[in-house]
Amino acid sequence: MAYRENAKILKADCLADGVYEIWFETKDIAAASKAGQFISVYSNDGSRLLPRPISICKVEDNKLRIVFRVAGKGTEEFSKMKAGEYLDIQGPLGNGYDLEKIASELKADGRSFDKAVLFGGGIGVPPMLELARRLDCHKNVVVGYRNSQTFLKEDFEAVADTDVYIATEDGSVGTKGNVLDAVKQENVEADVIFACGPTPMLRAIKAYALENDIPCYVSVEEKMACGIGACLACVCKSTEIDDHSQVKNKRVCKEGPVFNVKEVEL
Amino acid sequence: MSDINMSVNIAGVELKNPVTVASGTFGSGMEYGEYVDLNRLGAVTTKGVANIPWPGNPTPRIAETYGGMMNAIGLQNPGLDTFVKRDIPFLKQYDTKIIVNVCGKSEADYVDAVEKLGEQPVDLLEINISCPNVKEGGIAFGQVPSSAEAITKAVKKVAKQPVIMKLSPNVTDITEMAKAVEAGGADAVSLINTLTGMKIDVNRRTFAVANKTAGVSGPAIHPIAVRMVYQVANAINLPIIGMGGIRTAEDALEMIMVGASAVAVGTANFNDPYTTIKVIDGIREYMEKNHVADIKELIGCVK
Repeated sequence: MAYRENAKILKADCLADGVYEIWFETKDIAAASKAGQFISVYSNDGSRLLPRPISICKVEDNKLRIVFRVAGKGTEEFSKMKAGEYLDIQGPLGNGYDLEKIASELKADGRSFDKAVLFGGGIGVPPMLELARRLDCHKNVVVGYRNSQTFLKEDFEAVADTDVYIATEDGSVGTKGNVLDAVKQENVEADVIFACGPTPMLRAIKAYALENDIPCYVSVEEKMACGIGACLACVCKSTEIDDHSQVKNKRVCKEGPVFNVKEVEL
Repeated sequence: MSDINMSVNIAGVELKNPVTVASGTFGSGMEYGEYVDLNRLGAVTTKGVANIPWPGNPTPRIAETYGGMMNAIGLQNPGLDTFVKRDIPFLKQYDTKIIVNVCGKSEADYVDAVEKLGEQPVDLLEINISCPNVKEGGIAFGQVPSSAEAITKAVKKVAKQPVIMKLSPNVTDITEMAKAVEAGGADAVSLINTLTGMKIDVNRRTFAVANKTAGVSGPAIHPIAVRMVYQVANAINLPIIGMGGIRTAEDALEMIMVGASAVAVGTANFNDPYTTIKVIDGIREYMEKNHVADIKELIGCVK
């Protein structure tokens, strides 16, 4: 069940160059949200009609936090919002990480679910936070940034039973390179992998997961219009014919954004 | 004032109010049904369906434009067999009329789909001869009057339901196309489909939409749609479903006053899933305030 709300902004801050957070007070959305789901955020400017899909970073009671990068005029508008102002939001949308289903899939496959690796790259980092908070196992969080502006690092470190590994492109913090370089350098092991980030990163993680026979769930991104599964703008290629579309396309906003990596072409 | 009559007639089919949705913006109503009581709509117009499944275009399929958007979905659809088993029974649960939008790559495709729909409990067929985003079929039938007339005739020959021909604005004179489908035996027309546009992503130095060109829709194109509905209303004697950038009751009333018997909300659904209901309520409010007892008094009242 998704809701449309005119939500009050409780807090709005800049976390890194071009990266911002907003905390919303919601009536129903926060309570209904799962890790890996997203909300549609609507502009207050009538010339911008389409919602911006933004992943849910953290949920606390009726409060919902998003962390986003300024990528255009819409997100620029949101970055200038202040506490006490309002935005229309709709959600929670998408499937999110269905942890019960994933647990039963792993069990059926005779696999353990004692340690998970959570990969986040760039603006794919935020949704991993709520996932880390909800996972009832040991978490190795491996997050990649451009430079020393390692936003959300302290938030991950505060999650119980969690080790945090950092990779930076410029080598200023942690491993110099990408998240897989960090995994290799630190010998991080996993029963299951969760990942969100740019497509080249997801592609590399898919290859790594298949090579090492580790179940892997990825969150993918595509330009969206309706955000609820009606318009068919945000499809990704699926390996098998999808039940809804009857072709090899899945709706990122509806069947996704989280997919078993074996279900989708990256 | 409860004795307000908002019902309109499209080719013998009575809609409880003049508001439907533009094909492709609303799926078959399943997703929007979570937000909107589908019983309140005059009709649901489905996303285009072909005789077999189509995969559509590569992504990105959409981009935002000032006051609107552009799309090149490419008529991705699950094919008629799945549509008949899943979408029609879903819509039959509701007290609303069903308009099925039909697409095809050849005359044979259209005829095949329309024949198969003949046994189905749908109220009207809308024939898409105006999609700018597919290479074959679609708009190929909608830009040459003789082709438009021929496809209308072919479809009418096998159709069991009244046929609405959906017209493209990407023509020199839309009235020529309207006259052609009227001559071909169409029962109604709907207009406008999207306007072909292009947007460049200057950071990536490439096309914003993978298809390069895409159909522009939304409030920015509304005045063009109103002008074309006006022209067509003055050129032919068929009922018109007007669409193009409708976001408010005022936008809808403009279309009705220049001659549309019904209107469709499209892109605005993406901005606010409740748009259709707000438009219906807004039209009723206008009628109450201005003592209009029957919406038919407004259809074409601006000459």
